[in-house]
Amino acid sequence: MNTEYIAQQIVNGLILGSMYAMVAMGFSMIYGIIRLINFAHGDVVMIGAFCTLGLFQVLGAPFPLVALVVLTAGALVGILIEKGAFRPMRGAPQVTGFIASLAVSIMLQNLGILFLTAQPRNFAFPDYLQKVHHVAGVSFRVVDMGIMVSALILMCGLVLLVNKTRLGMAMRATAENIDVARLMGININRTIMATFAIGSALAGIAGLMWGGKFGQIDPLMGFVPGLKSFVAAVIGGVGSIPGAILGGFVLGLAEVLFVGLLPPIYSAFRDAFVFFTLILILLILPNGILGRNLEDRA
Amino acid sequence: MNGIRHRLIFATLIILGIGLVWLARHTVDEYILSIINFVGIYIILAVSLNITNGFAGLFSLGHPAFMAIGGYVTAILTFPVARKSMFLELHPLLANLQLPFFPALIIGGACAGVTALVVGLPVLRLRGHYLAVATMGFLIIVQVMIINWDSVTRGPLGLNGLPALTTLWWVYPWVVVTIYVSWKIKFSSYGRQMLSVREDETAAQCLGVNLFKTRVAALVIGAFFAGVAGGLWAHLVTAITPASFSLVMAFNIVVMVVVGGSGSIAGSFLAAIIFSVLTELFRPLEETFDVYGIGEIIMALILILILVYRPQGLFGSREPGILLAKNSR
Repeated sequence: MNTEYIAQQIVNGLILGSMYAMVAMGFSMIYGIIRLINFAHGDVVMIGAFCTLGLFQVLGAPFPLVALVVLTAGALVGILIEKGAFRPMRGAPQVTGFIASLAVSIMLQNLGILFLTAQPRNFAFPDYLQKVHHVAGVSFRVVDMGIMVSALILMCGLVLLVNKTRLGMAMRATAENIDVARLMGININRTIMATFAIGSALAGIAGLMWGGKFGQIDPLMGFVPGLKSFVAAVIGGVGSIPGAILGGFVLGLAEVLFVGLLPPIYSAFRDAFVFFTLILILLILPNGILGRNLEDRA
Repeated sequence: MNGIRHRLIFATLIILGIGLVWLARHTVDEYILSIINFVGIYIILAVSLNITNGFAGLFSLGHPAFMAIGGYVTAILTFPVARKSMFLELHPLLANLQLPFFPALIIGGACAGVTALVVGLPVLRLRGHYLAVATMGFLIIVQVMIINWDSVTRGPLGLNGLPALTTLWWVYPWVVVTIYVSWKIKFSSYGRQMLSVREDETAAQCLGVNLFKTRVAALVIGAFFAGVAGGLWAHLVTAITPASFSLVMAFNIVVMVVVGGSGSIAGSFLAAIIFSVLTELFRPLEETFDVYGIGEIIMALILILILVYRPQGLFGSREPGILLAKNSR
């Protein structure tokens, strides 16, 4: 096991981590604003991936256009989910929203199976994106770099949006105290809808990345990344966007290194490892690394 | 729970059930009989999850994990010794052991209960949807363990060719026992403690309820019956694979409890019947019209509609008045 191998693993971990971070940010935003663990978030990743497949491979649209459409599609799905499922039950106990999000998730997955069949589809980016580069013994594809760079840009954009704009201020106020925010004249419904739209747009782009990275997509693909991104959000501290980014990278690195550095027999346990970490963090560090104490968790 | 009228009603219901089981055994074919068995097992699952989820308000998604533990333990215990040595590498003590169904089921349930105790001690400190997420993590961990523990579980292949021991004469008594135990709990001081913990922790503590003990008890009792249901399931399908005990199953059982009304035994019972029958009705429909997934979509839709328009479920936390003794109404 030499340094190059370890460097390669670290790069792989960062790429995986940036995708987790993208999804985790949405999770965290939605949780922060209405205290809802939205399990349907992972399935927006799936929808993003299928949109990319349809536009890119079937219609042959140019890349920037695809990215734009995927962002929009993700946002629309987010708005639809919020309006259809979560708005009518706002104010209900937390667990109600959680069950509803599981229901939405199962619905989206099965709509996928119904219309697209459960068959996995190959997902190939054009050659210029698949080209492999070697830098200092570490090899990566152009698409991997694209994932990293665009993820970083989007992360910065989101942090700016939340901290510097009026909408961001409204979102932070709503997250702090929904009733007081309403009294201050903030349009709560619009703010929550915007949060869902932005978070889901990011998840949609993560779907594009996921397909590009792993080369195969199917209607059930969103579930595992969704779950793991939730774990990432918890590690970083649910409700905190920098926390979600950090958590995503920590989880991506930890997962890849767990598989890459330990003997191969352990690699089958990677999902168990991820969820064991989750339970451990919930018990020991319930507010995550960067989260604030929002309420009683334990 | 006293009153002659009250006992009479229960006795009548039990005898009516026996009559129906006898009738079913003599009239319908194997296929329908197996569906009735599944319905029975789902009743056990829903009513037992209702103890954890409904009475004590512990939102657990780990029910299929307990089911899997009970199922595998029971399966290994009843597996014929000769075939065990062909597939599995077990401790000699286990390898040469073949138990009758009943003790195997009890041991399976007990193993699930002990696991619940071990998992519950740390995890039950969590609340609300954090507990839900932690139990979901537990479910996935159990699945991964089963898949990788080849020498005992044969990994993803699962154990097949189990003796087909489960009949309605096994399922029905377990349904009755589950309902009886859960009824006894609900209308005892233990059940009242659980309900009070669900409603208001602080108030319950002020009245001297031991929060943690009550929660652990609710989880362990639910897990025991889930384990038994797992054993019944394994010997009905005559095979057991890790894939059967998925999050989708957890979701289905939760749907039954929520739709029936968290805390209502009659509600869980009815919802279990409605949903498992619906699922069976959708299956041929999906196959004939090639619309796979439509059943799940409709289930999910019903759930969302119920959460929006009738969040307390069909029965709320109550039981139908006719079944209640006068003083507990």
